[in-house]
Amino acid sequence: MSHPSRSFSRRQLLAGGSALGLGLALRPAPGWGQKQTVKLAFIGPLTGGTASNGLGGRNSFLLALQERNADPKGKYHYDSEILDDECKPTVAVQAALKASSDPAIVAGVTHYCSVTAIATVDTYHKAGMPAMVWGAVLPEITYSHEYVEITRVNGTMINQNNIAADFAVKTLGFKTFALIHDTTDYGRAHAKWFTQFVEKAGGKIVSTQGTAKDQKDYAAELTRAKADRPEVLWYGGLTPDGVRVRVQMDKVGVRAQFQGTSGIKSDTFNETAGGAAEGSLAFVEGAPTEKLPGGQKFLAAYAKAGFKEPSEAYGPFAYVAANLVIDAVEAVGPDRAKVAARLKRTKKSDTIIGPVEFDDHGQNTVPLISKYVSQDGKWLLWEDSEYAAGKRTLPGVKYKQM
Amino acid sequence: MPPLELLLQQALNGLMLGVMYALIAVGFTLFFGVLDVIHFSHGDIYMLGAFAGLTALAAATAAGVGSGVVALAFAFLASILVTGLIGVAAERLCVKPLARASPLMTLLATLSLGLVIREAVLIFYPRGADPKPFPRLLPQGGFEIGGVAVRYENLVILAIGLAAMIAVDLVITRTRMGAAIRAVAQDAEAAQMMGVDLDRTVDATFFIGSGLAAVAGILSGLYYSEIHFIMGITGGVIGFSAAAIGGLGNVYGAILGGLVFGLLQTMAAAFIPRGSEFRDVVAFGVVMLFLIVRPRGILGARTVERV
Repeated sequence: MSHPSRSFSRRQLLAGGSALGLGLALRPAPGWGQKQTVKLAFIGPLTGGTASNGLGGRNSFLLALQERNADPKGKYHYDSEILDDECKPTVAVQAALKASSDPAIVAGVTHYCSVTAIATVDTYHKAGMPAMVWGAVLPEITYSHEYVEITRVNGTMINQNNIAADFAVKTLGFKTFALIHDTTDYGRAHAKWFTQFVEKAGGKIVSTQGTAKDQKDYAAELTRAKADRPEVLWYGGLTPDGVRVRVQMDKVGVRAQFQGTSGIKSDTFNETAGGAAEGSLAFVEGAPTEKLPGGQKFLAAYAKAGFKEPSEAYGPFAYVAANLVIDAVEAVGPDRAKVAARLKRTKKSDTIIGPVEFDDHGQNTVPLISKYVSQDGKWLLWEDSEYAAGKRTLPGVKYKQM
Repeated sequence: MPPLELLLQQALNGLMLGVMYALIAVGFTLFFGVLDVIHFSHGDIYMLGAFAGLTALAAATAAGVGSGVVALAFAFLASILVTGLIGVAAERLCVKPLARASPLMTLLATLSLGLVIREAVLIFYPRGADPKPFPRLLPQGGFEIGGVAVRYENLVILAIGLAAMIAVDLVITRTRMGAAIRAVAQDAEAAQMMGVDLDRTVDATFFIGSGLAAVAGILSGLYYSEIHFIMGITGGVIGFSAAAIGGLGNVYGAILGGLVFGLLQTMAAAFIPRGSEFRDVVAFGVVMLFLIVRPRGILGARTVERV
């Protein structure tokens, strides 16, 4: 009995070998049937007092990835790594280290809080990981270094405070301001810029008090501020503390207009402060989502995706940041250095937030700042509110008239 | 020199803070007096009390309870019961099994339990990460006396806090259980030989201490109109510091310590240049200096182990 292999003829072996060779030559190349996967990181506050903004940003980031993955023209499939920075510098550095030490992650859309964004710039720089900030407004995040890896799609607090001070002094006619701010980089820098622009506009800062982040009791600070009889009580900090300051103003009897920064412009502020939120002012870079050039389209896609949480004020920025990062990867391939260099030269005229153009520091030069007022438990664009229409009077204006 | 009205107004602010600190501090001091343990999850028990109270208020509203007073009374009772029982469970879980272990182990176990409680609220309470509005059930408005603004709700909060302290004092000084607690605090072995049920006494101590933290939690909600899952971190550290200033193991000392701490924080923020940035540094610095000079606290006995 002969072995079966011995029954192959030379012709059969040749035919088999040729077929195998042809098969190898014609095998599907990567990206033909199956795209190469590229991993992108999202980092923001997913828990803690500012979680609502972080979750809105995360969802918007994921929406961008979903849309690009569904695009047959895309060269790559995009996977995500979602990390929580809790709006705390130490946690943020850990998250940044985790993302930047993973070679599979090409770039990140990173940080809503200024304290976390400024704490992590060196980490991204050392690892060479491109990181596009999607919400933090501290100027130093982009202007304190020459790192190619760091870019920012939203504006800085300089423009925000310029508009906020001019609006309060020149439009609303307030002259005296008592400032309370948290002692993080975010709060301190806001206070510095707001003071500068108020004085330039002709207003007077009667007192400035720094307070610890997550402080519970503001009675001592508010009582001290009350003694100076300010027309405006200004708070530079984030939502949870902003709520406490606003609510405790009433309890201490501070009869002044309440004005905050972009940090308090969240649904949580209105929900938690309740009736006390009415008439509060806040200023945010960009415009309300529905009024952005591509806002309606974004909101429709966001609703269709079925996210549980709202996109919040900075969701569109996270969405645009994700798209800009993907554009760069599509253009130069999944290489950190090439993507970083490409992102630094971003100039795109048709994003959903309007034209985006980065300066030498990777800072988007968006001049648009929106003024908001809390009306009936919602943040309304000042121009659309009954306060602007003269149907309602701001609390601070009422106190002035008394 | 600040005007007298401003000084008095800030003193009133400090008193409000102090009452809440005192209620937390009494728990720390009771636990230490009876079992020689520092129960570091007590701050989170205080936070849990606030959330239990908020949940009870929501339940009362859902059940159609229209009267704010009735709803509030229900919230206090429900929260004291739930938080008290959780306090007892905490003792059984983290303190009793480690009775013969190093005190460090108890410290670590209670610290860990606090973290578990905090994270559980964050994860399982609906939108637990966000600060929660607390209903304004106390009378709003107020009056001025000598240039000092006094709010009605502050008076009610002070009255409730004072009533809770008097109630604890009565329980400890006038009841059999109170006598048992004092006996165990003095000498547990001798108390057992005299027929005191040690387990029951310890349970009662943890129930009372945790119940007081629940009262403090609800009062905090009423005072600030808001509660947050991280409120127990600072509350716990300050409550413990207040108990230490007053003299660990001494109930009256804890009350005094709470008031002193509240006043220290407020006065530092109000009258020291840039004091609001350093209020905790000043308050804790004074505590450190005070304890160096008088380690047994204001009303503590010569040894810090017993009263």
